[in-house]
Amino acid sequence: MFLSYFTEQPMSAYPADEGLKEGFTSVMFSNKYYDPVEGSRLFNERIEEYKLADQVGFDGIMVNEHHNAPFCMQARITVMSSILAAITENAKIVQLGNPLPTYDSPLMFAEEIAMIDMISKGRLISGIVRGAGQESVCLNANPAYNRERFNEAHDLLVKTMTDDGPFSWEGEHFQYRVVNPWARVLQKPHPRIWVPGVFSAETIRWAAQHRYPYISLNTPLHLTGELWEIYDQAARAVGYEPGPENRGYLLRVHVQKDGDKARENAREFMWMQGEFTGIGHPYWVSPSGYGSSARRLDYAKMANAEVRGSRAAPFEQQLAAREIVAGTPEEVIAELRVVLETCRPSILMLWGNDGDVNHDDSLRCIELMGTEVLPALRDIGDELGLHDPFELDSPISLALTPPDELNPIESAADERPEDTSDSRSLKMFR
Amino acid sequence: MTGPRRYSVMAMQTVTTTVAGLGMREFTGGSGDPLVMLHHSFGNPGWLPIHEALADHYTVHALDLPGYGGTDGSERPEWARHPRDLALLVGQWLRAKELGPVELVGCGFGGWVAAELATMSPELLKRLVLVGAAGLLPEKGRIYDQFLVSHSNYVEAAFSSTEAFEAIYPRNGDESEEHPLGDETLVVWDMNREMTTRVGWKPYMYNRRLRPLLGGVTVPALVVWGDNDAVVPMECAHAYVEALPDARLEIVPDCGHAVDLEAPESLAAIITGGKS
Repeated sequence: MFLSYFTEQPMSAYPADEGLKEGFTSVMFSNKYYDPVEGSRLFNERIEEYKLADQVGFDGIMVNEHHNAPFCMQARITVMSSILAAITENAKIVQLGNPLPTYDSPLMFAEEIAMIDMISKGRLISGIVRGAGQESVCLNANPAYNRERFNEAHDLLVKTMTDDGPFSWEGEHFQYRVVNPWARVLQKPHPRIWVPGVFSAETIRWAAQHRYPYISLNTPLHLTGELWEIYDQAARAVGYEPGPENRGYLLRVHVQKDGDKARENAREFMWMQGEFTGIGHPYWVSPSGYGSSARRLDYAKMANAEVRGSRAAPFEQQLAAREIVAGTPEEVIAELRVVLETCRPSILMLWGNDGDVNHDDSLRCIELMGTEVLPALRDIGDELGLHDPFELDSPISLALTPPDELNPIESAADERPEDTSDSRSLKMFR
Repeated sequence: MTGPRRYSVMAMQTVTTTVAGLGMREFTGGSGDPLVMLHHSFGNPGWLPIHEALADHYTVHALDLPGYGGTDGSERPEWARHPRDLALLVGQWLRAKELGPVELVGCGFGGWVAAELATMSPELLKRLVLVGAAGLLPEKGRIYDQFLVSHSNYVEAAFSSTEAFEAIYPRNGDESEEHPLGDETLVVWDMNREMTTRVGWKPYMYNRRLRPLLGGVTVPALVVWGDNDAVVPMECAHAYVEALPDARLEIVPDCGHAVDLEAPESLAAIITGGKS
């Protein structure tokens, strides 16, 4: 199993009552409430926690990026990745993910990740995402071309990593007279690319068609079966048999020696009114043109609804459904066994600390994970045959799979209309 | 999709003309010299009182801009990236129909498109009428950004009162639908907003390359503004009057941004100006 640590890096030192008064905590929620003294403290605490996660045996440290919101302090994924490249020794740096469509220069991004891969001595996993619509609003990237920009930036990124320069790029959204960065990725042919998401059928299929593992972000456990069905059908249609090595799962998990204390701390996972991307208006989360036209009416109704609020289930209900797992190491291991048996991922991201969980408790949580939980999970993973892409040395993409190993089964193609599941994804993301 | 919403009873036709491979839809009625109306970014909801009032004096062509009007409206040019692209298509449409020179009336976003067309093909125009037109960057105020608010909040902001808004977009018009504004209105608003996003995401509702070219508009221009316009600041009206060689300003009292929708009789009287 590939076991990774994650935290959203919450800007917990903000006045939550002001967010409640405003009715939203993203995009337009004023940064006058941002205290950089507290920001400095929190960043440095997170860095200590990452060092510990590296030391106690995590295979990876997952980092992400969001904008204009207290739920995540990281505004630039490559900045934190660069720091990790220098201060950690063993853990892979798992970017989940780089919001490609929001970047106006995929080439500049390619330079950054090449530097990170070299400095980290080949420890980079460079995940990519479309980014929720609000990221497009915050960075003023046209949301109507988000999917097109994602596809084109991906193609340019892969070409930049694999082909020798100089070459020119004349795309629909990006043009370069010279692509010839004097920064090359260390891992050959290129670092692994993983694709995270909540439950967008379009993105799940896209990942499967490229043979990139899909990392399901806290998707309710009972929905993961349907999710993998979509992935597996798309995989078989392009010619390979998917397995646990194609599956990742991010889950909120908090461990303490005292189970009650762990559950009390785990309530902090509900800190943003239970919405892990904060509260935002639907027309920010999914601006017109960002989502699928198949669900336009549902979206327009939601965007123009008079009443808004959190849709998160109560904490106890999420505990019962194992959307949040908390307790002593023994309790957590037992719960995670069920998760692994049900979801069968080979890549597991443990989202350890959120909200206002203090630094000392965060460190204790990481330490207990490393000393007690991770070894048990590795045993369970072996027992269940959950072998990750590194253990299997599986192909890093469809393009890099030898053609004679592919056996496309056209009848396997998913007959469902595009994006039948997107409205669910939108609901979970708002 | 149902047909256009009817606010009046005058004989009116729906006509589609193919331009650059795209079907462009209009509602047309009345008699006399041709008058073309270009709608706001939220689209034209049907054959409206303003069309009817003008149709007493003109043959009115209420055109759906390319990519606007829902699935039955004008087809989307996938390649269009700027309102100027839409202006080029309107110019081709005018030539294909051999309509020019016309009275060209542009409202809000449609006013921007009309101004762009006037700078590139003034020979297609008899007169340019700009109603609360976007297109110029205000120096003091800001153009109200629809992308930060809901569709309904934005459209309502174009009216000076809720009553005026509901006269055009009645709530609970059809109780069989879940949303009080009706499914069709919401879907078409969203399609229109997507098209506005495609061509007008940034810079928002202005073009720095427009003002220097307005001096080349050789036809008379009429600039009409609601004195309660909360979408495009009044300073933009003055900027248009200053930049256009032959323009005059008419201010409509107690009226919001969408003068065409809120004060159709006043706007028609200003445009016809005693024409019988």
